[in-house]
Amino acid sequence: MAAKKPDVPTTPSLDFEKPIVELENKIRELEQLAQQSQMDLTTEIRPLKELREKLLRQIYTHLTPWQMVRLARHPNRPLTSDYVQLMFDDVIELHGDRAFGDDRAILTALARIGDERVMLIAHRKGKTTEERMAANWGCAHPEGYRKALLKMKLAEKFGLPLVTLINTPGAYPGIGAEERGQAAAIAKNILEMSRLRVPVVSVVIGEGGSGGALGIGVCDRLLMLEYSYYSVISPEGCAAILWKDGDKAEQAATALKITSRDLMALGLVDEVVPEPLGGAHRDHFKTALSLRDRILAALKNLKSMPMDRLIEARYERYRWIGNGDELTQQVKRARLRGGRPEVVAKSEP
Amino acid sequence: MAWVRFRKKDMPGGLWTKCPSCGEMIFSKELLENFKICKKCSFHMNTTVDERVLFTCDVDTFDELYTDLAPVDRLQFVDKGSYGDKLKATAKKAGRLEAMTIGYGRVLGRECVLGVMNFQFLGGSMGVVVGEKVTIAVEMALERRVPLVLVCSSGGARMHEGALSLMQMAKTCAALARFADAGGLYVSILTDPTTGGVTASFATMADVILAEPNALIGFAGPRVIQNTIRQELPEGFQRSEFLLSRGQLDRIVRRDEIPQTLFRLFEYLVPVAPEQIVAPARPRFEASTNGHDSSDKAEKAAKDKSGSRLPAEEGAEAGKDEKKKKKK
Repeated sequence: MAAKKPDVPTTPSLDFEKPIVELENKIRELEQLAQQSQMDLTTEIRPLKELREKLLRQIYTHLTPWQMVRLARHPNRPLTSDYVQLMFDDVIELHGDRAFGDDRAILTALARIGDERVMLIAHRKGKTTEERMAANWGCAHPEGYRKALLKMKLAEKFGLPLVTLINTPGAYPGIGAEERGQAAAIAKNILEMSRLRVPVVSVVIGEGGSGGALGIGVCDRLLMLEYSYYSVISPEGCAAILWKDGDKAEQAATALKITSRDLMALGLVDEVVPEPLGGAHRDHFKTALSLRDRILAALKNLKSMPMDRLIEARYERYRWIGNGDELTQQVKRARLRGGRPEVVAKSEP
Repeated sequence: MAWVRFRKKDMPGGLWTKCPSCGEMIFSKELLENFKICKKCSFHMNTTVDERVLFTCDVDTFDELYTDLAPVDRLQFVDKGSYGDKLKATAKKAGRLEAMTIGYGRVLGRECVLGVMNFQFLGGSMGVVVGEKVTIAVEMALERRVPLVLVCSSGGARMHEGALSLMQMAKTCAALARFADAGGLYVSILTDPTTGGVTASFATMADVILAEPNALIGFAGPRVIQNTIRQELPEGFQRSEFLLSRGQLDRIVRRDEIPQTLFRLFEYLVPVAPEQIVAPARPRFEASTNGHDSSDKAEKAAKDKSGSRLPAEEGAEAGKDEKKKKKK
């Protein structure tokens, strides 16, 4: 693992972070001053640090869904490239879909995590403007999904478990993407992942944007970082359609139930991985460390299952997904009646 | 995702219907007997679920099942109104509880499972119950070892059910993977419009993908694309013909040729013994009073032909093909 880097931002990028960042800047100034002038300012700094802690706790325990969406998109939030450095070793990137191109929005690579050899498939957003442009801001094209599928098949052939990191606003909506079959590329991945004969662990590390996320997200264990979101549509998109007003994204974010805790309650997520106080962007190292542990635990558990049982369990997981007990029971009862509706005893008129 | 609201003025009603494309006034009964295709410009008008069943299956063969599965507002979703209220109002208007109708039916005598999406029901969007019914349709086809036909028309996943809707993409595709492993034949028919999570799941995972002419088919809606790339979209973009030219479809099929096409595909890919083909008991359309019901006559004529393995309409179609060849 690489050494710890300073991750703390010096300018607030989110309004609700402003008091914290201001305080942090003050603390840093004092610390620098203490260093330069060889003065002991501990008594001045300590109350500020305590205040910072208190403020963080205050703000971060009462985040609204919309604030969490904005944290998931925070410019300093750890990205795939950070996790590659902090969580994985001996990474060999494998490029290209061998048909059209090499989509930089999805990274596919052989990687080691702990003692495990895995195939890593991850959305890539990029840090610099140049990288972001190359990765198309994390919006993959069909060739990205086809590359991912090709590498999944490679992993299956040689028995390597799959680890996928999800962080995309959505699959790219463009002319070329449509011409080359964006929808079919995603559908194909979803279908093939449902029967892929290796364990699959997926983690939403930031944005889980709809089909573009699910295209590398059909799995045996779904983990979500605390302040990531997973949604059928972006809050802005939903607001534009249902409220006819893109500014209603805040309401949409609440209505859509897209936070890690909401999705856990709905039974779609297996595990919420807590982030350090103040969010993953305040401590990349700590975030990566705890995520790594959770991924390794999930892999260990899945690898202990016989393959046929693993595949059957994955099928059952998705067969009834979203139903809730009531609908599932209703369908099972209806099957016994050959799909005929329940006969309700009626008194003769 | 972006489902378009069905406009009331497009609903057929009354004796005459105006073609939304060329403006031709067409006698409604005649329009129905022409599979709701404009005789002048061949525009394919929207169909109701019952019309689609009529245009696809043999008369009185469709056995609709799982009619009592109703969507539930699990998120307690509220936008300008509550989703629960919206569901009630929509179900009342549609006469069905969900946007997906499934059942066993016969197409020119061949048994199959038919699923029909209803665009008038919240934009044909896929919520949990739609995903569930698609999956049940797959299981029904698997159980009875018959072909599966899904007529798709949808704006995508249903926003009101959040990520639960999204997961239906995985549910349906997982079931289709099993169906494919068991050697089942699945034909999808993409109609205007089919977009979003439905295109990005079961609609495009068919063995044979058919589309009606000029249907809007895509992943993202054209408006979303235009807002993203900020340039004019090419002429005919995301229409069936465009998709065919880009290699995304197997065939474009006129609505009145769908039954014959399905039958021929069934007979090529999963043929059955002739005694398993049950000739339609009645013609698709009741005898017409205005006397120019050609398809009806053709059906009857074909039925009279003895020794033909092809049932009524198929025979008629084969006859037409021969005529065309002679002309050439």
